[in-house]
Amino acid sequence: MIEARGLTKRYGRVLAVDALSFDVRPGVVTGFLGPNGSGKSTTMRIMLGLDAPDRGMVRIGGRRYRELGWPLREVGALLEARAFHPGRSARAHLAALAASSNIPVTRVDEVLRLTGLQSVAGRRAGKFSLGMAQRLGIAAALLGDPGVLLLDEPVNGLDPEGIRWIRELMKSLAAEGRIVFVSSHLISEMALTADRLIVIGAGRLLADTSVAELSARSASLEDAFLDLTSGSAEFRAAEGTRGPGDGPPGGRRTDGYPSYPTSGRTS
Amino acid sequence: MTAVTVTRAPRGHYRFRHVARMEWIKLRSLRSTRWTLALTAVAAIVIAVAVGLSTKNPSEDLTSNALAGVSVGLLLIGVLGVLVMTSEFTSGMIRATLAAAPNRSLVLAAKAATFGAVALALGEATSFISFFAGGATLRHGIAAPALSQPGVLRAVLLSGASFCLIGLIGLGLGAIIRHTAAGVAVMVGGVYVAGQVIAAIAHPLFAYIPISIVANSLGTTKPVGHGVHMLPPWAGLGMLGLYAAAALLIGGWLLARRDA
Repeated sequence: MIEARGLTKRYGRVLAVDALSFDVRPGVVTGFLGPNGSGKSTTMRIMLGLDAPDRGMVRIGGRRYRELGWPLREVGALLEARAFHPGRSARAHLAALAASSNIPVTRVDEVLRLTGLQSVAGRRAGKFSLGMAQRLGIAAALLGDPGVLLLDEPVNGLDPEGIRWIRELMKSLAAEGRIVFVSSHLISEMALTADRLIVIGAGRLLADTSVAELSARSASLEDAFLDLTSGSAEFRAAEGTRGPGDGPPGGRRTDGYPSYPTSGRTS
Repeated sequence: MTAVTVTRAPRGHYRFRHVARMEWIKLRSLRSTRWTLALTAVAAIVIAVAVGLSTKNPSEDLTSNALAGVSVGLLLIGVLGVLVMTSEFTSGMIRATLAAAPNRSLVLAAKAATFGAVALALGEATSFISFFAGGATLRHGIAAPALSQPGVLRAVLLSGASFCLIGLIGLGLGAIIRHTAAGVAVMVGGVYVAGQVIAAIAHPLFAYIPISIVANSLGTTKPVGHGVHMLPPWAGLGMLGLYAAAALLIGGWLLARRDA
């Protein structure tokens, strides 16, 4: 189980994460949902020990990330599309990471095959398209066959086929009893993938619920999500800058209003 | 893999050797690194040959002449040291590295060990080849210096070792500064340009400028000094070691403290 307790992180004057607590359980896909800039990526970085929280802590299986014996065999993470050196081949990148957790080099070819990167494994990763870069990140996450997967916006840049592939992959990994924690700002994607949802806005926990419970609150899951997030001040302020066609700031969407944007990147 | 029996990670813990192996694979798998290393050696050796061919006065310090290209090699290895570190930050690779090995001091130690070893091997090879190439190309009946002559073997060995220490200074600076352009500027400015400026005014600080320690103390068999009293060779080596240690300690401390 992952336990996040009282996470608070401030960057200068921006409070990115604000007293955030939640649990993530194995066996189901848990979606980590929030508008752009709501603190999802910051939370993910804190979980991996990359950023230090001002307050609070995360335990993964009872331990902090830095206490893990073989990190990549215990937690696999996709943090951002390009966490690799552009001059290095996909195979060399994965081989280097594998060495750090004493993972046999045969596993490198396995994950290359699994992510469909075999034919480009020797090419400089800097030449990769966004979708291929994303697959390389997923390959790195799967490298140690970890019991915990943390995936930050995994469908970014993937084509429809790739999106279906990652969706099925996450479900099957969860079905094997793993912890699968996946962030997204795409409510439609989460509706198809996740069983549990942790919804945040402006760095605060808005809901820790199941997809079914949340969709029962409103006409649709999307309505329920927008109701929830409209309550967060930062989101409302951001809405106010969008222009007159976007409806009243923080107001409830009416039926027939264009759906929540389904493309774009989070910070 | 069967349901609800996810393999637990084996017992034990990643160690220095695992992180060093990761860093070694990273170092050798970049084409740009291999080219820079080759250029470092070739530049030093070409200068040794050029100086050898143009030497006319047999009473000069012929060993020091043959090692004249070392300073150019040092500039390149120092810049490479900066790049080995800053490219991790600029590419985002640092996050993958630190997720794989969360002990940041261990990561920097492993990086320093692998890069330092490569720089040392390259430095010694470059230094010895330069020495023999510089000697072999002497004309006008000037006899080539021999390693058995006083101070010669020491000059060649310490010049080779300086590649490792200057490279590590670069690595430490890279960890401190994190940005390639600024890191390279400080490296080149601090190690090279500042030395030229201070040499021109014959300031006592000249004895402590890294590049001048190598050129005027480590790599010489006769005292020189531009009017400044230089450090003895082994003290000069110690001084370079102190610079490298300071850069790596500060870099390691900052790496552990800052968000990645």
